[in-house]
Amino acid sequence: MANTLLAIDELDVAFTIGGKQYPALRQLSFEVREKERVGIVGESGCGKSLTSLSVMGLLPESAAITRGQISLAGKTLSAGLREEWHSTRGRQVAMIFQDPMTALNPLMPVGKQIAEMALTHLAVTRKEAKQMALEMMAKVGLSRIEQLYGEYPHRLSGGMMQRMMIAMALICQPKLLIADEPTTALDVTIQAQILALLREMNRSTGTAMLFISHDLGVIREVCERVIVMYAGFIVEDAPVQDILENPKHPYTAALLQALPSVEKRGQALYTIPGRVPPLTERGGGCPFAGRCPRAFGICHTITPELDTGMDGHRVRCHLYVEGRLCG
Amino acid sequence: MRWNQLVRNKPFMIGGCLLVLLLGLMVTSLFYTPYGPNDMNTAMRLAPPQASHWFGTDNFGRDIFSRIMEGSQTSFVIGTASVAIGLVIGLLIGAIAGYWGGWMDEMLMRIIDAMLAFPGILLAIMLVSVFGPGFGNTIVALGIMSIPAFARIARSGFIQYKEFAFVKAAKARGASSLRIISRHILPNMASPLIVASTMRFSGSILAEAGLSYLGLGVQPPDPSWGRMLSEAQPFIINAPWYVFITGAVITAMVLGFNLLGDGIRDGFDKKR
Repeated sequence: MANTLLAIDELDVAFTIGGKQYPALRQLSFEVREKERVGIVGESGCGKSLTSLSVMGLLPESAAITRGQISLAGKTLSAGLREEWHSTRGRQVAMIFQDPMTALNPLMPVGKQIAEMALTHLAVTRKEAKQMALEMMAKVGLSRIEQLYGEYPHRLSGGMMQRMMIAMALICQPKLLIADEPTTALDVTIQAQILALLREMNRSTGTAMLFISHDLGVIREVCERVIVMYAGFIVEDAPVQDILENPKHPYTAALLQALPSVEKRGQALYTIPGRVPPLTERGGGCPFAGRCPRAFGICHTITPELDTGMDGHRVRCHLYVEGRLCG
Repeated sequence: MRWNQLVRNKPFMIGGCLLVLLLGLMVTSLFYTPYGPNDMNTAMRLAPPQASHWFGTDNFGRDIFSRIMEGSQTSFVIGTASVAIGLVIGLLIGAIAGYWGGWMDEMLMRIIDAMLAFPGILLAIMLVSVFGPGFGNTIVALGIMSIPAFARIARSGFIQYKEFAFVKAAKARGASSLRIISRHILPNMASPLIVASTMRFSGSILAEAGLSYLGLGVQPPDPSWGRMLSEAQPFIINAPWYVFITGAVITAMVLGFNLLGDGIRDGFDKKR
């Protein structure tokens, strides 16, 4: 088995609003191994993006890590050390964002923005950086690269821009690529192309991926393993096939049920009743208890532990003990 | 903003023409003036405008047109230098306050508020009376007077742009703060700064004229439109053209910059 690349251990992140602390991520523990493609899925407000921002050290000012730690390639990242982050961000961990249209500087030619990334982190000359940028642009499937290099972002389509973002993210050959809903702002055909590109890049460069999405369908396309999050907790963590065929947590099951498919054609789409409890309304007990069809007594009072089954399939639910359904 | 859009913009064109004319006078004066600006001709004192003296002569028989030409250098130099001082220091303050925020922001903005509490010209008078009148001190005083406007614009720009996705993306790829500020944020907030610069330019020229009129600005023998105006005052009955022409030239310069600024602002305004 490949070595552990990213290890998050018992991480708590809380927002401070008006002097009061509201936990947003709780007891977050997971690992990403080298070259692995891991997905994080969940509804809006479950802490998916906050997880990625924690890894990047880019938490908003009102949020802070209150417990636990993050280590990358064996090195612990502490929130305080600026220099550490500068050498990590972009060099070891790169990130691509939801909306490529706003993630590029409108007043700088796109090629130059890619080259700038190499200039920041690698000991290269301007000329070499440009050459690297052009090569990278070709690798992500762009044509007419010489001409594109000098174009401004408003002249490009969304798909081209997301390819540019991927080229920029991978130019320094980072060990980990965080993709925060990279296809949400794109239309469906482009979405499929970008997903295929990400898979291909993972294969050819060996960059591990942490892929964040609210769409299990997209995760299924790209990832090997999926982490399901709900209200700041990891509720299930297993290989993709395992989760699709045998979802354990009622929340995962509900997410799968809500996925449209050809077989369900003509039927009304399933929706999970209720909504994710906002930060200010989260209490004890299982985070999903309020919306869970199978909730019983202790679900409302005691938060279940993240239970690891024999096969490494982790689930946070009172219905399971050592990976087996009971009751 | 397109060039052909600007050409159709009336304020921009009128302001631009006025300034090109005055700039032309200034450049010409570097090589040539019809008469020496300080040459006296006692036979031709307070002569009205005529073919040999387009704008007439003053109480010493000096050619007013030549003196206006010479004085335009003072106006342009003081305008440029004081705007440059205000822009650089204002940007610095705005960047620190807006980009990093926190207690630095609070402290710097209270200082700026205190500066804004005084009318600009009063602040300039105060500074000149501390440092003494003269060409250099006038520039410094007017530069300091321009700081608050630039600092406020820069601060609001930095606060706005630091939340933009591309700035966050730059941070996520490990760009340094200096690089983010200079390469990613500053170019994007150029338009309000350009507009403010043209407006401050006219403000500085007017303030220089005001200070010199009061005898606190540029000292003889350096020529200045403001001092010419005050020298012309006693002869307002006998030689009304002296006051009128000098005043009109100052007005043209200030109007030119303000119209130009208006035009550029319209051009940058994407909603139109």
